Amino acid sequence: MKAARLSVIAGMAIAGLVFAGCSSGSGSTGSSTGLTSRGPITYVQGKDNSNVVRPLIDKWNAAHPNEKVTFKEQSDKADQQHDDLVQNFQAKNKNYDVVDVDVVWTAEFAAKGWLQPLEGQMAIKTTDLLPATVASATYGGKLYAAPQTSDGGILYYRSDLVKTPPTTWAEMMSDCSIAKTAGIDCFAGQYAKYEGLTVNVAEAINTAGGTIVGKDGKTPTLNTPEAKKGLQQLVDAYKNGNIPSAAITYQEEQGRQAFEAGKLLFLRNWPYVYSLAKTDGSSTVKDTIGLAPLPGNGGGSGDSSLGGHNAAISVYSQHKATAHDFVQFLESSETQKFFATQGSLAPVVASVYTDPTLVSKLPYLPVLLESIKSAVPRPVSPFYPAVTTAVQDNAYAAIKGDVTVDKALTDMAAAISAASSGN
Amino acid sequence: MAAYLIAPTIVLLAIVIGYPIVTAIIQSFQKDPGLDAATGQFVSGGFAAVSNYAHWLLQQCMNASGNTIACPPGNLGSGFWNATGVTFFFTVVTVALETVIGTWFAIIMNRTFRGRALVRAAILVPWAIPTAVTAKLWYFIFSVAGIANALFQSHILWTSDTWASRFAIIIADTWKTTPFMALLILAGLQLIPEEVYEAARVDGASTWRTFVTITLPLIKPALMVAILFRILDALRMYDLPAILTGGGGGSGNATTTLSILVVKQIRAGYNSASALSTITFLIIFIVAFIFVRVLGTNVVRTQEAQQKGTKA
Repeated sequence: MKAARLSVIAGMAIAGLVFAGCSSGSGSTGSSTGLTSRGPITYVQGKDNSNVVRPLIDKWNAAHPNEKVTFKEQSDKADQQHDDLVQNFQAKNKNYDVVDVDVVWTAEFAAKGWLQPLEGQMAIKTTDLLPATVASATYGGKLYAAPQTSDGGILYYRSDLVKTPPTTWAEMMSDCSIAKTAGIDCFAGQYAKYEGLTVNVAEAINTAGGTIVGKDGKTPTLNTPEAKKGLQQLVDAYKNGNIPSAAITYQEEQGRQAFEAGKLLFLRNWPYVYSLAKTDGSSTVKDTIGLAPLPGNGGGSGDSSLGGHNAAISVYSQHKATAHDFVQFLESSETQKFFATQGSLAPVVASVYTDPTLVSKLPYLPVLLESIKSAVPRPVSPFYPAVTTAVQDNAYAAIKGDVTVDKALTDMAAAISAASSGN
Repeated sequence: MAAYLIAPTIVLLAIVIGYPIVTAIIQSFQKDPGLDAATGQFVSGGFAAVSNYAHWLLQQCMNASGNTIACPPGNLGSGFWNATGVTFFFTVVTVALETVIGTWFAIIMNRTFRGRALVRAAILVPWAIPTAVTAKLWYFIFSVAGIANALFQSHILWTSDTWASRFAIIIADTWKTTPFMALLILAGLQLIPEEVYEAARVDGASTWRTFVTITLPLIKPALMVAILFRILDALRMYDLPAILTGGGGGSGNATTTLSILVVKQIRAGYNSASALSTITFLIIFIVAFIFVRVLGTNVVRTQEAQQKGTKA
């Protein structure tokens, strides 16, 4: 009986070892193979909610019958898309040719050696693109992905209460007396402990002239008066009530609802809010919604964090010439316009923002262009998951007043260096 | 012959249980990939000995110059003991509440009265709803402008205050899993012969006395199994807090359970996550082992006694 049990355990252990051995086999990375090869490819992207991708692919396929693109649609959850890509890259899947990568994953995937550097014959033209979008796709001085869609923060305000929108944080804070008189809350962004908090904290720090992580993607740069000033602004505003206490639970939607209900004077949010606030039946601000770039600290508008996605070519792709053409097709002004009209996705090509027909359809485009022009990518770091955790945990504690701004920044910096040192 | 017959089972077990566990253990002794300073590319981290375990259990982190320091806040490693505490707190409180309320529900469901089928169905509904849906449901109830605050005329930040967020999880979990408890206990209740109660009534025993000396001892085996299941379930709680609070609350980790920590770590570093999941596995295993050792022998004995009793 005992012997039998032992042999079972031994058998399981051996089987396990055999399998484990199989999984650790390695192959060549292949960033120099298949560069001229053409043929059918697959495009991988998260759920195509507003039916943008299929019409584009149909159009491409009609023109390229021998290099057809198949659409592999992932789930609508960012985490799941990330994990799906990681698993397929680890498995060296040849059928994930062109993948849609969130701006914050690009450095990680590039450093893992999964993305084809866009240089030499793979190079794309970046001169027409907004610089911040190119920066988000660049790691270690090399471009690893083609900016595909962008996104930037906008300051929404109540045009019935505020005649000229504030251009600096200090102006906005003094405008809070208007909110007080009107009996509503003053300003909110996204301060719940999730990715949105990193976006908002990065905006505050960047606008104040600081940075979170250095150019190498791993050295924290938070021990500066600028970084402190940025975080301090948020902390002070939360403490004195200019940011309402409920905002600590706000993601995008809760803030939008509060604004539409007329309970907020200023709201930092993404462009999607505009059309909803204009058309929602429950919206009380249909005719009183104003748009402005994010407030700065003197010297131009605020530095928005950059959202959006980049299109990257997998190093395991067998038909990289086709993949390269398809990526360029995604970058074309025509495709970019289609992204904007069909999917309300912010273009990465600057000239599209001033297209008169487009502006009449999407009136927020000029403001959004301002926002993205001065936007800064969130920390471009291969350790992004750990960096964003470090920012969220410590900034959240600071905003709630549990720790001082100095301690929060010291801990944030220590956690970021720990992340890049193998923890 | 016997060996051939059980061989398929063993192979299957080796593949679905043995392989992942052994792989996780092997990986947990590997360092996570680090950056090659020259190329900026990730390179394999090499053998880690027990440093991944020390990272979690002793809160050891490396700083940029390669020295061992205490993990700073914002590093997932610093959250290990907090997560362990939170997990055990949830387990103890929810299982205790569910046992008490579940027993009460079971006794109600066991009575004969008009509309019993309806009551039984109503009690079971929460258990039938997928946890993810339950979590989303309570997320709306507990939002700042939600029903909970409207009902109590309060302005509690249910998903961000330390204790409010913990109680939000406890309330939602109790609401969801009490029916499971009630169902298992009901099965135990239905095994108790009516004559025993009749005899008690003839002897003039009070309701409380009947409950303590008859009902409780006789449902004990079912109760123990139910509690064991719930403890194991609660120790690996993930979906409810992940959706309801995202592990947040308080200074940001008031409702982070061990499983949430594992999933967060998977995205940051796989090998370190393997070490953490192995630790979590051991914790749950030890708890189950102690439970079965201390209380389980008792279960077996009562069951044997019961069988003897019915046979006689």
